[in-house]
Amino acid sequence: MEKSRDSLKAAGVRPVAISIDSPEESRNLAQDQGYTFTILSDPNAEIIRRYDLVHAGAGESGKDIARPAEFLIDSTGTVRWVNLTENYMVRARPEQVLDAAKSIK
Amino acid sequence: MKVGRFNWPLWVGLLLTLAGGFSFLLVFVWIPATRDFPWANLLIFLVAAVLLFVGIRRGFASDRRRPTLSKIVTSLVALFSFAFIALFIFSVFVFSRWLPPSTGAPHVGQKAPEFTLKDTTGRDVTLTQLLSEPVDGTPPKSVLLVFYRGYW
Repeated sequence: MEKSRDSLKAAGVRPVAISIDSPEESRNLAQDQGYTFTILSDPNAEIIRRYDLVHAGAGESGKDIARPAEFLIDSTGTVRWVNLTENYMVRARPEQVLDAAKSIK
Repeated sequence: MKVGRFNWPLWVGLLLTLAGGFSFLLVFVWIPATRDFPWANLLIFLVAAVLLFVGIRRGFASDRRRPTLSKIVTSLVALFSFAFIALFIFSVFVFSRWLPPSTGAPHVGQKAPEFTLKDTTGRDVTLTQLLSEPVDGTPPKSVLLVFYRGYW
């Protein structure tokens, strides 16, 4: 995602990452990896549950974590593109996101 | 047929098996084309399997210098290698698909549920803010929410 930052920015896309990691853990990750996009922390998987993305018990010591998923949301708050992978090793490619983003005025 | 003392196909088969597994974790997983479908690793495993079969035949040949030892070593190496390949294929093609269905996730055309979450500085951030607050002076046209498993 960091690699496609410039092309995402050019398309007016603000990338936001969400996981159950604490703000501290995410801050360390961002520092280590040089990430500049917003990383949000959902430690109790509350929002992950609201988006029906809970992968129950799949985390460390049986914690609920998020299954990988990507949503592109336009400025009115409407979902314009969704990627719900069926295999957690297969993720969305930046080109797919950019194609969807270009259709948003 | 006279076979050499050193059963190289068996050992090269073992090395290739390990190389096929670890190269996926170290190299191919970073390339989308080989991560989504690990064809390069499957090719390596195919070559490894052929070598292992040749190795098994040589290891069980009657003219080995120490036939019993040769059979034991050959069996162990071959068993380990095939178990390794099976585990790899299982984790890539079966285990990684054990995801719960997500029928209730927001669909295209629906409103994305609002949320408030803390960012890395501990500040509360809402979806509305993300959609409206400018990035470097210009408001974003869209927000890409990326849910990920996390590093715990």
